[in-house]
Amino acid sequence: MTALLPRRGLAQLLALIVILAVDRVVSPQFFDLRLQDGRLFGSLIDVLNRGTPVALLSLGMVLVIATRGIDLSVGAIMAISGAIAASLADSHGLPVVLAAALGAGLVCGLWNGFLVAVLGMQPIVATLILMVAGRGIAQLITEGRIVTFSSPDLVWLGNGAVLGLPVPVAIALGMLILTAAVVRGSALGLLIEATGGNARASELAGIGTRAMILSVYVWCGVCAALAGVIAAADIMGADANNAGLWLELDAILAVVIGGTSLFGGRFSLVLAVLGALIIQTMNTGILLSGYPPEFNLLVKAVVVLAVLLLQSPKLTGFAGIAARLRRTKA
Amino acid sequence: MQNSLDPAAPLLEVRGISKSFGAVRALQEVDFTLRAGEIHALLGENGAGKSTLIKGVTGVFPRDAGIVRIGGEEIAPRSAKAAVAAGFATVYQEVNLLPNLSVAQNLFLDRQPMRFGIVRQGEMRRRAKALLADFGLDIDVAAPLGSYSVAVQHVTAIARAVDLSARVLILDEPTASLDRHEVEILFGIMRQLAKRGIGIVFVSHFLDQVYEISDRITVLRNGRLVGERETASLPRLDLIRMMLGRELAETTGARASAGEHKVRDICASFENYGKSGYVAPFNLELRHGEVVGLAGLLGSGRTETARLVFGAERADSGQARVEGAPVRLQSPRDGVRHGFGYCPEERKTEGIVAELTVRENIVLALQAKRGLHRPLSRREQDEIARRYVKMLDIRPTDPERPVGLLSGGNQQKVLLARWLATSPRLLVLDEPTRGIDVGAHAEIIRLIRELCDDGLSLLVISSELDEIVTYSDRVVVLRDRAHVEELAGEAIEVGNILAAIAADGAAAAHEVHP
Repeated sequence: MTALLPRRGLAQLLALIVILAVDRVVSPQFFDLRLQDGRLFGSLIDVLNRGTPVALLSLGMVLVIATRGIDLSVGAIMAISGAIAASLADSHGLPVVLAAALGAGLVCGLWNGFLVAVLGMQPIVATLILMVAGRGIAQLITEGRIVTFSSPDLVWLGNGAVLGLPVPVAIALGMLILTAAVVRGSALGLLIEATGGNARASELAGIGTRAMILSVYVWCGVCAALAGVIAAADIMGADANNAGLWLELDAILAVVIGGTSLFGGRFSLVLAVLGALIIQTMNTGILLSGYPPEFNLLVKAVVVLAVLLLQSPKLTGFAGIAARLRRTKA
Repeated sequence: MQNSLDPAAPLLEVRGISKSFGAVRALQEVDFTLRAGEIHALLGENGAGKSTLIKGVTGVFPRDAGIVRIGGEEIAPRSAKAAVAAGFATVYQEVNLLPNLSVAQNLFLDRQPMRFGIVRQGEMRRRAKALLADFGLDIDVAAPLGSYSVAVQHVTAIARAVDLSARVLILDEPTASLDRHEVEILFGIMRQLAKRGIGIVFVSHFLDQVYEISDRITVLRNGRLVGERETASLPRLDLIRMMLGRELAETTGARASAGEHKVRDICASFENYGKSGYVAPFNLELRHGEVVGLAGLLGSGRTETARLVFGAERADSGQARVEGAPVRLQSPRDGVRHGFGYCPEERKTEGIVAELTVRENIVLALQAKRGLHRPLSRREQDEIARRYVKMLDIRPTDPERPVGLLSGGNQQKVLLARWLATSPRLLVLDEPTRGIDVGAHAEIIRLIRELCDDGLSLLVISSELDEIVTYSDRVVVLRDRAHVEELAGEAIEVGNILAAIAADGAAAAHEVHP
């Protein structure tokens, strides 16, 4: 039976390939790439570029979920960091802008982590606070307006290119490598999985579970802030009302599609990012197909269901039984 | 005692009830008889089968074999509702009513007085008030149940149960969270109900209360019936023997190596160490290469002592020392840092991380001790896992198997391996052989002996007195959350331990804290 269970990541890869194939059918030019002004263009690049904010969010979210938590405030943190970046962009240099925006994300993460790890609040409630309040804070920063800027440095962050790749994609790739290096290069990954799997047992084994939980929320906040800066840089402005709106749900979805259980424990950074790409590939495909975007949500739901069913041991168990029945008949 | 016993046909008759969970035989051919108007104590240590018996009789889960008769009529309830209809009422330690609803609503849940489809609030309150008055309770029945003390909640639960025309009232550890005065109130109500002819099953591990209230006692051990006795004619010592499974004649000749140990250096010591409301201050010295056993009944403070020693609970008095130097044990991390290890009794909820592999579970404490920035390489992890899988004979031998798929005995060995990998100076083992099959049992005891020969200091809790006597160099006996006796050398005998457990509280306490 165990041989019939899909190997880790197989379900996700399969889903991505199927969706890409469907995209190719609805849009024959889907795989076309061309180089222009030192930057690659094409639908695939578009998928990567548009998928960056959710991919960044999912990098933090996957660690939070692995500790059996959840962070609903990432969309609001995007709005805050975007508002800060846009407000400072024309008066300060890029390092100051980035430091301020990411610093805000760090503070937000500390706040969430404090509520969850120190005060022992339920993560969903604790982060709901900032989810609601954060957007208000962002509106206060922008004074209720849509703040635009023209600082070429910040614009480059959203629209420039590095080695042919859009800068946001390069940043997301860099963050994936950095996170993976920190988490898997140290003992953090194991200790997070242990904490998520059984917090009491982990604490009795001498793991500092509080510090661990605090740190994953901080990292989640920083990732969200970076996503917020990129989203603002992309549109050369900050819209406190709409920046990152509902993206926390996409990020959670990406993590779940990536095979990490909401009950914590085992997690995969790469598969979470793959989950984000699956979501974006779908979004782009529907846009290209010319169907009204309303279909987007329905199709998304169906695909998510399919991926989750593919991962479900119960279903693969049924498949195994069915296969055996067929064999005995033959 | 104070009730007039009706010698007529028994109210509740249970014959030959059995229940297995997988390979574990939780109940084997147990008989139980309850008469009308009787308060019957159901006793036994953890895992003796008390809860299984109650749940099997009241239909919480189907039984494998056996007959249940109530008033001579055979019944087999399949649900909580059917059990209520048959005349059972069960009140658990954790009151399972709805704290956010009013007392009156709780009392009449599912059977509110109605008129034209509308609940008659006034009528319901009036009847609730009258019902509780029967139990000597005069409270505002419109207030939420959760706003009252646990005692009131218990009485409400009992009142509801009795009003549902219960004939058999089962009280599972009802007094565990009550103070002395509240216990008196509850006992008054129990006596009153018994007079009305209701049969009451009283599960408790407070022996004083058992002797105060019960007419008859049934003792279970390891899923089997040990016996049924009149409370008045059962000396306390005999009762404890029944619960812990020792016959009078048996004495121990099994103490092999004890006494031969040279007096070695003190590894850790605890002076006047305690936490109020948890365990009374105690003095404890643990020497290298020595096994100290903690004996006592369930709830006597054994586990509490273990958790204080390891640092899983913070003491609020006294001083701990490691190798003579004062230390503070504020958290398990502190314990681990000072070279302590702790295998908790609740293996599944506090020990293993089920979805992680054997290898990951084994290296967990060592990795926590080394810190984040000094990860064990995969090669080191494999090496450690292989070494302990071999040394402790963990099966299956595949270190990449999720530990949740292993048997209880092998999970226990994985936990031992987790701590041995940290090269500890003191290991605290809470019921290391509980729920483990006989083979693994003997092996774990052999391991305990080998470990202390290597200079490790061990503090071991066990309900199995045979075991404790076999491997301990000293035995600390606990009763009512206090250390009451310390036995060493020749004095370590099952009989002495039993005597200390059963001894009258005040007298024994003086011997230890003069």
